[in-house]
Amino acid sequence: MMEKKTDMSVNIAGLKLKNPVIAASGTFGFGREYSALFDLSRLGGIAVKGLTLEPRKGNPPPRIAETPSGILNSVGLQNPGVHAFIRDEIPFLRRYDTAIIANASGNTVEEYEEMVRILSDADVDAIELNLSCPNVKEGCMAFGSTAAGITQVVSRVKPFCKKPLIVKLTPNVTDICELALAAEAAGADAVSLINTLLGMAIDVKTRRPILGNIMGGLSGPAVKPVALRMVYQVSKVVKIPVIGMGGISNGTDVVEFLLAGASAVMIGTAGFVNPYAWVEAINGLEQYMLENNCRSVAELTGGLIV
Amino acid sequence: MNLIHRVGAVNRLNEETFLMTIDSPEIAAAGRPGQFVNIRCGGPDAYLRRPISICRIDRERGTFDIGVQIRGKGTEALSRMRPMEPIDIMGPLGNGFSLKPEDRRIAVVGGGIGVFPLLQLLIEHPASEKLALLGFRSRDQVVLEQDFQMACDELLIATDDGSYGTAGFVTSLLEKKLGEKTFDRVFICGPTPMMKRAAAILLERNVPCEVSLEQRMGCGIGACLVCACKTRAGDDWDYAHVCKDGPVFSGEAVIFD
Repeated sequence: MMEKKTDMSVNIAGLKLKNPVIAASGTFGFGREYSALFDLSRLGGIAVKGLTLEPRKGNPPPRIAETPSGILNSVGLQNPGVHAFIRDEIPFLRRYDTAIIANASGNTVEEYEEMVRILSDADVDAIELNLSCPNVKEGCMAFGSTAAGITQVVSRVKPFCKKPLIVKLTPNVTDICELALAAEAAGADAVSLINTLLGMAIDVKTRRPILGNIMGGLSGPAVKPVALRMVYQVSKVVKIPVIGMGGISNGTDVVEFLLAGASAVMIGTAGFVNPYAWVEAINGLEQYMLENNCRSVAELTGGLIV
Repeated sequence: MNLIHRVGAVNRLNEETFLMTIDSPEIAAAGRPGQFVNIRCGGPDAYLRRPISICRIDRERGTFDIGVQIRGKGTEALSRMRPMEPIDIMGPLGNGFSLKPEDRRIAVVGGGIGVFPLLQLLIEHPASEKLALLGFRSRDQVVLEQDFQMACDELLIATDDGSYGTAGFVTSLLEKKLGEKTFDRVFICGPTPMMKRAAAILLERNVPCEVSLEQRMGCGIGACLVCACKTRAGDDWDYAHVCKDGPVFSGEAVIFD
């Protein structure tokens, strides 16, 4: 057997991951379901289901529509609330050797601050600020779609944040680079992108929208070229690490995002089709690194030849 | 979980439905009536898996059947699969019907393609008296009549247009039968308006019932939270998830909007 000389680990602003593949928030719950299928310790990290201060019931069904090479979702941040997460889910996740990234949302700037204060004292490895959910009326994208909104929230929470702070960006804007620069200037330790693209689907038989909430967020292979382009653009203008996501399904896709400038990646929708997508992507990346004599993931990050 | 199984046979039941037999000793051994499998139909036009109920299980042969209505590109692709082809299936998934030995008299109420999961339930249920009430749009939509006949003591069929069996809705058959006798539990699967009506009829008479729900799904295992359905939670309500909490729920638990 060939001796493995690759180092898959990455360090994202103090967040140490054994490999750069993270389960994307909203697609992986709190890991319980997938733990029955594979060892969660294989993952670099898990970005848990988006959390809010109070439990949320989420949006009316249907919450998913299939589109060419992708899906629209409008779950609307259904979650048990941050306190239930800390009490019930962290002890479970800590059984595994993988980083826990808490994804936090708020309706108001005050709620974002409260969330960051609570999660800073919880046993999580990083906080991902969700400033980009397209499926809720208040907060999130309302803040996250302008540089001023991002500056307001990030500068407000930063003084209380004791964990690496990742800001998740929406692609539903004219210039995502502006948002990334605003996040960086306000103190973000990293940015993650892209959240879903706002879209809709219509059933011509009923003449109604397929989604109960009319509009939803597009994800899956359909968005990959857009995501890759945005990761490329953002990583050129910011100095903080970029976590790339959007339609990643396998190891080759991971390498593409790393070359475009990502330091780590998140995978979500692909797991609905292939529940082993995360593990296969990690194996695929490792194989690529071995075949191409890459000693570290950092060697690939931003390695695009243009 | 092994995902790769093999197509055994594909048989047309009528213009828009077919029965597929799948060779899978694992799923045949583990599967229970009312559970479902999540099938990758393939191609960029059918990105998501399709959740389909288990219709019948042959544990000795290590096979199970699914009944499928061709509704779109995914099920269309599935209908064109041939024996011996590999097929990517996650399953068995979800919670099936309850098979309680103390339920001596049971009935199933099925509508359209909702009849499929009720077949294995009738085959396996230990009850001493089993009634099947099945409703279809018209004569050409009637499926698996002989199979149901063999699995129960009495089979009554209703068609919307009266072209076969009793004319009218299957819920009318249910009301009529409830005038003659009662049941320890009734199992319902079909279009939402039919399930809503049937559950209301039974709950009014204090007859326990279970319903098998359908909703657009993502992961199929409870992680993505898309297949929400309204259920009672104390005095309040909440969204449960069809894939993990169901697809079978007690009739009292579900809020049909």
